[in-house]
Amino acid sequence: MREVAVIGVGCTKFGEKWESSFRNLFVEAGALALEDANISGEQIDEIFVGNMSAGRFVEQEHIGALIADYAGLATNNIPATRVEAACASGGLSFKQAYTAVASGMSDIVVAAGVEKMTDVGTEVTTDVLAAAADREWEGIAGVTFPGLYAMIATDYMHRYGLTREQLAQVAVKNHENGAKNPNAQFQKPITLDTVLNSTLVADPLRLFDCSPVTDGAAAVILAPLDRAREFTDTPIKVLGAGQASSTIALHDRKDISTIDATVAAGNRAFKMAGVERKDIGFVEVHDCFTIAEICAIEDLGFCKKGEAGRLTEEGQTAIGGKIPINPSGGLKACGHPVGATGIKQVYETVKQLRGDAKGRQIDTEIGMTHNVGGTGATVVCHIFGRA
Amino acid sequence: MWVVPEQRLSVIYSGGHKMSVARFWRKQQNRYNLIGTHCTTCGKYFYPPRAFCPDCRRDGKIVEHQFKGTGKVVTYSIIRSSSGNFKLLTPYVLAIIELDEGSRLTSHIICEIDKVYIGMPVKRVFRKLGEEGSSGAIHYGTKFVPA
Repeated sequence: MREVAVIGVGCTKFGEKWESSFRNLFVEAGALALEDANISGEQIDEIFVGNMSAGRFVEQEHIGALIADYAGLATNNIPATRVEAACASGGLSFKQAYTAVASGMSDIVVAAGVEKMTDVGTEVTTDVLAAAADREWEGIAGVTFPGLYAMIATDYMHRYGLTREQLAQVAVKNHENGAKNPNAQFQKPITLDTVLNSTLVADPLRLFDCSPVTDGAAAVILAPLDRAREFTDTPIKVLGAGQASSTIALHDRKDISTIDATVAAGNRAFKMAGVERKDIGFVEVHDCFTIAEICAIEDLGFCKKGEAGRLTEEGQTAIGGKIPINPSGGLKACGHPVGATGIKQVYETVKQLRGDAKGRQIDTEIGMTHNVGGTGATVVCHIFGRA
Repeated sequence: MWVVPEQRLSVIYSGGHKMSVARFWRKQQNRYNLIGTHCTTCGKYFYPPRAFCPDCRRDGKIVEHQFKGTGKVVTYSIIRSSSGNFKLLTPYVLAIIELDEGSRLTSHIICEIDKVYIGMPVKRVFRKLGEEGSSGAIHYGTKFVPA
């Protein structure tokens, strides 16, 4: 396998982008990434695009070809592949692109993610997202995603004594980081009271425990490491990749509060990268709900089970803490265009490692991403370092 | 944008789009009577039913199994905001239930929302689950009540 580097990144502002269509979101992010890598479209060998549900959000399938066409690459007959793993579609798109370059199959590859969620109403959105769970055996019982993660929270709080305030602090911390991110949907700090007094969605989770509905796209460009300096002075090397699956339904997990696919994907990425937990300067984790961040910190091995609440309360997961989590603001503050999130995490990681994360910069050489599909049926982790 | 045609409405309120009757018919026995499966090789029980034992794989022998329908609450949430068929039921108690035979499923607990707790004993009841719009299939299945 060849060593691989990220040579360019692009990301749209996340938010309710009523003025942008699905295809234009992608084109905007793709153009920013090409500009950043200083390459032209003809130099691209292959495209992977992560997308969860354009079929239901915008009634469009065949996304790979559509994207290639509107990126102006159809006339080059470029190979373009859509990758789907619910909310982990972006992370998985990156892994496919990484594999394509590492294997020698392609040289310059785009890994993108895009989701247009606001062309349908909230109720339809809730239903589309519920399709990431088991439709026949969870969907039939009226599960919602907040409801599934709320059941994790109920179990977790009962077993480990996590307090409501500790859980709320996850959202407060992520909003504080998001306030310093010009691409974030919510660039506004919030207080513990904001979270604790917000509407109950699925007990014990409240509105401010949940990531929002968002439109957005992100794209990054990968190249073999030995060619990376043709394009950039600051290539960011992919040190490790780990992917894992688990049961589609939450009820089939042996331990409701442990996302076993996170444990497996994290361990695989660490093993491949040959680095330790203590070497990691920050992690962009999949905080679709506050409880998800608590579980992720533990399941990735940054502390023992049951300790992430205290770590959060003490400020150890804030920028400047022992293990900063979600310097971008995470899904909570950046917003969560489901197919784009995994690529946005790579975008943030590259910005941080280049030293370009103005106002929220962490001084480190190694960062990590963690992208989850459903309640943890797919997890994709990557570890990156300065080349 | 603001005028929703009738067909679109039924799409929204059936929780997605209309599915054919077959989708619900083929699951009738499982959902109405809590019939799952059992692997006679390793002794594990499966509800929801599995046609393939994840532990024994090709060595597994799967037979139908009638579950007793009693169990206990593993975890739960009170759903305040939902979509489709479930919107009118809010707030409702969603729970993961461990059946006495050992397998777990997701269902509703029909009780006062502040009465549910982890470990609560429950038993199955037959209830309407939803319908595919005003002229579509009505589907039934199992929910749980305190035992």
